[in-house]
Amino acid sequence: MADVRAAAVGQADPVVAGLVEPSGPRPRRALSRRNIVIYGTLLLFSVYYLMPLYVMIVTSLKGMPEIRFGNVFAPPVEITFEPWVKAWSTACTGLNCDGLSRGFWNSVRITVPSVIISILIASVNGYALANWRFKGANIFFTILIVGAFIPYQVMIYPIVIILREMGVYGTLTGLVIVHTIFGMPINTLLFRNYFASVPEELFKAARVDGAGFWAIYFRIMLPMSLPIFVVSMIIQVTGIWNDFLFGVVYTRPETYPMTVQLNNIVNSVQGVKEYNVNMAATLLTGLVPLVIYFISGKLFVRGIAAGAVKG
Amino acid sequence: MTSVLVKDVSLNFGTVEVLKKMNLEVQQGEFIVLLGPSGCGKSTLLNCIAGLLDVSAGQIFINGKNVTWEEPKDRGIGMVFQSYALYPQMTVEGNLSFGLKNARLPRDEIAKRIARAAEILQIQPLLQRKPAALSGGQRQRVAIGRALVRDVDVFLFDEPLSNLDAKLRAELRVEIKRLHNQLANTMIYVTHDQIEAMTLADRIAVMRGGVIQQFASPKEIYNRPVNLFVAGFIGSPGMNFLDGEIADGSFATDGVRIPLSRYETAAPPASGTKVTFGIRPEHVALNSGADWPFSARVKVDVVEPMGSDSLVWTKLGRHNLAVRVPTERMPSTGDMVEIGFDPMRASLFDAAEGLRL
Repeated sequence: MADVRAAAVGQADPVVAGLVEPSGPRPRRALSRRNIVIYGTLLLFSVYYLMPLYVMIVTSLKGMPEIRFGNVFAPPVEITFEPWVKAWSTACTGLNCDGLSRGFWNSVRITVPSVIISILIASVNGYALANWRFKGANIFFTILIVGAFIPYQVMIYPIVIILREMGVYGTLTGLVIVHTIFGMPINTLLFRNYFASVPEELFKAARVDGAGFWAIYFRIMLPMSLPIFVVSMIIQVTGIWNDFLFGVVYTRPETYPMTVQLNNIVNSVQGVKEYNVNMAATLLTGLVPLVIYFISGKLFVRGIAAGAVKG
Repeated sequence: MTSVLVKDVSLNFGTVEVLKKMNLEVQQGEFIVLLGPSGCGKSTLLNCIAGLLDVSAGQIFINGKNVTWEEPKDRGIGMVFQSYALYPQMTVEGNLSFGLKNARLPRDEIAKRIARAAEILQIQPLLQRKPAALSGGQRQRVAIGRALVRDVDVFLFDEPLSNLDAKLRAELRVEIKRLHNQLANTMIYVTHDQIEAMTLADRIAVMRGGVIQQFASPKEIYNRPVNLFVAGFIGSPGMNFLDGEIADGSFATDGVRIPLSRYETAAPPASGTKVTFGIRPEHVALNSGADWPFSARVKVDVVEPMGSDSLVWTKLGRHNLAVRVPTERMPSTGDMVEIGFDPMRASLFDAAEGLRL
């Protein structure tokens, strides 16, 4: 009789009853207090961060009459893409009424060359600093790092003068030059740390094999450093695409990047505030960095981790 | 004929003297091992010979040509690194051909040399693989192959076996020796492993603090170390050292007198000289029954079985003394045993300078 009762208890919870000899993986309950706390916190914070995005998306899909009901969290009764079309092609910014499309193409024309040029130069800088200990390398590196800490505002006016003297003030070329220079410290640091983590013997072996500065860079280092190039690309694309300050200072209305145009659309004071168009315009502007993150997120993490090991 | 000549080479990193007026002459076809503890400058010397580090003073000649200012690729050397240093993105074939392509050799010549190296090292099946798909031993073979295809006179090895496990290390050690017999190139090999040094070298240069202590054959270094450092560094388990002084042609230390009449020395030290007497554990006999010039009855403190041999620790006067015996003749702790040795096998060092007498 006692045996039977013990067996019954054991069936209810054999672990607690101490009837099961511990063996193999320790049993884990799915609904433990620990899991509830962890997943509860995660859920709470993701909702907190996703809420504004949700509001923006639903609002951008509503018509103006629906928005006037004032219920921002309600999903759209009647889905309309009209605001998106308007934001892209007919919204007015100042004198032009051709929407964000102009700014989008301006931003592309600014971002693509800035990213390519800055990454090329920064990677060669980092490689030279990490692998070829040339005279004055430390001073050069210190100056570069100090450059990263000087506030941008201080440099705005001198740069205006420099660009004017060069004859590129107000042009896309001027802005590309500014972005390339300002991307240099952080990206050089990034590449230097990554190349410093490449075993030194590899570099020595290549020298014994008769490879020079450029041969080692192109044939040995470049093929090994895809992750750090992706990291650098993400930093540069998002940084340059999202830039507002340089865009508004160094360009003219016809060469405004997308962010400046977005500001002008959202902040225009004439007539009705078209919240749905504003939301759509904002989402359109944020789309490019978002797409970049989704495509290369995995490589991004790998590159960051690899570069962080050794400094 | 001299293959590599290092002449008065010094190297300073800031105020730190890594190499101090180093001189080294290596004959054609010799296998030289640079041996020493970490930080003694042995790898630095190898890097200087390779041209990967610029010397602060002095000259380096390879095959009679002054290469002090030459680039590594122009010195006629091939180098093998501890971490293999294979280019991870290239196949084995790509690794082997990289240097040859840089030298703009014709394509059929490259193919011929790779085929020959692959045959010598038996890596033909691996040619299309990437280094990540190779085992440690295979990687090191490819790294040796990369030096081999360069068709050079001098091979430099920088601790090539230190990353391998013990079994593989022993295997590749034999293979490197075989390779040297087959190619008859000059080889300079850096290691901190004295077994590798003893088994491979024609001559060993024992280094310490940027200075070569002794440059001689393994036998000479083992039997007649020039100073206390070399005596203590070579041999495992290490040499026994007894401190004492000379008294009437004998070595005396608290009540023990060891006659030195059979010890070979240029100038017998005068009585009263403070000296250190060294004898290797394997040169001391235990309960042999033979008539030794020196013998004593001692008590066994500790025994350490090591497989084929055992180490028996006893006390001679106040000094610890290790004796190496075959395990089947191992005594027990606390036994009284008879030990004996021939002072001819011993080494005598000046206590102040540590130099051999």
